[in-house]
Amino acid sequence: MAAGSSSYSSMVLDEVKTPHVLAVDDSLVDRKLIERLLTKSACKVTTAENGQRALELLGLIDGQHAINNRRLQGPKVHMIITDYCMPGMTGYELLRKIKESSNLKEIPVVIMSSENVPTRIKKCLDEGAKEFMLKPLKQSDVKRLRCHMMQLGQPCNGRLCMGR
Amino acid sequence: YSLPDLQEFVRASKAAMDVVSQLQGQFLDFTTSLYNEGFLDDQFVQLQKLQDESNPDFVIEVVSLFFEDSEKLLNNLATALQQHIVDYKQVDALVHQFKGSSSSIGAQRVKNACVAFRNYCEEKNVEGCVRCLQLVKHEYNLVKSRLDTLFKLEQQILAAGGSVPMIA
Repeated sequence: MAAGSSSYSSMVLDEVKTPHVLAVDDSLVDRKLIERLLTKSACKVTTAENGQRALELLGLIDGQHAINNRRLQGPKVHMIITDYCMPGMTGYELLRKIKESSNLKEIPVVIMSSENVPTRIKKCLDEGAKEFMLKPLKQSDVKRLRCHMMQLGQPCNGRLCMGR
Repeated sequence: YSLPDLQEFVRASKAAMDVVSQLQGQFLDFTTSLYNEGFLDDQFVQLQKLQDESNPDFVIEVVSLFFEDSEKLLNNLATALQQHIVDYKQVDALVHQFKGSSSSIGAQRVKNACVAFRNYCEEKNVEGCVRCLQLVKHEYNLVKSRLDTLFKLEQQILAAGGSVPMIA
């Protein structure tokens, strides 16, 4: 899919067709897996190995965005998918920081975990996570996520509309 | 071409195809045994589905990362259990990582060994933990050697001009 050289209006549509996902996981094996799963579902992927790095990237992405594209509103990341159990900042803590940020709170966040703990799931959904998925992830899981992204990608002057 | 030339060509082609089908048969038998004996589970099939012409080495790449990661985890676990005062939180965190990565590639027996290991961590049972580490290491070495064999068989089939059969 060609990028960059198109006109403004098709640039908005290109963004919608190729959602940009930020995937956060401390496991190298899992980062490789989630990246492949997402690219096979026609997403653009950036990976981060921890919450701190993820927040840096979101700040950078948002910062660049604000400087270069003042007319486009909303963040350039269409979804964040993060592991729950990570050293330092957990996925839940990352979720909270995202929801507390006026710039980032509109971005849908999905939490992944290898453990099926109902209190953990509820805590994440209550904090505003779009979905909680059990690892290991498969193609069918990721295909389902694409629907969330496309919904949000409806062009409304470029702003991402959040409905839950 | 003379008739003897053509006859030789047919004979040589048949021989080559026999080699390929023999290797493919070996590959299928071996793969089936890996699933039947519980070394691999459905997640490995999922990995293979992610491999295609644009990413022809995906499985071997992920599995190689798993091997590298596992060697480090096993060393760190051994060190952690040798400490005078064992930090069970750290041991548990390492086993949790190992359980996660083995589950992600479909190494079922390694994953199950990790589950048992975590129970001994919870009990703060050092002897139990040491035994579990031996078991996890053993299962890891078994699956590693079998996966190395599997990849070798794939290479042999491709080198002989055949294609690797996919398990649905």
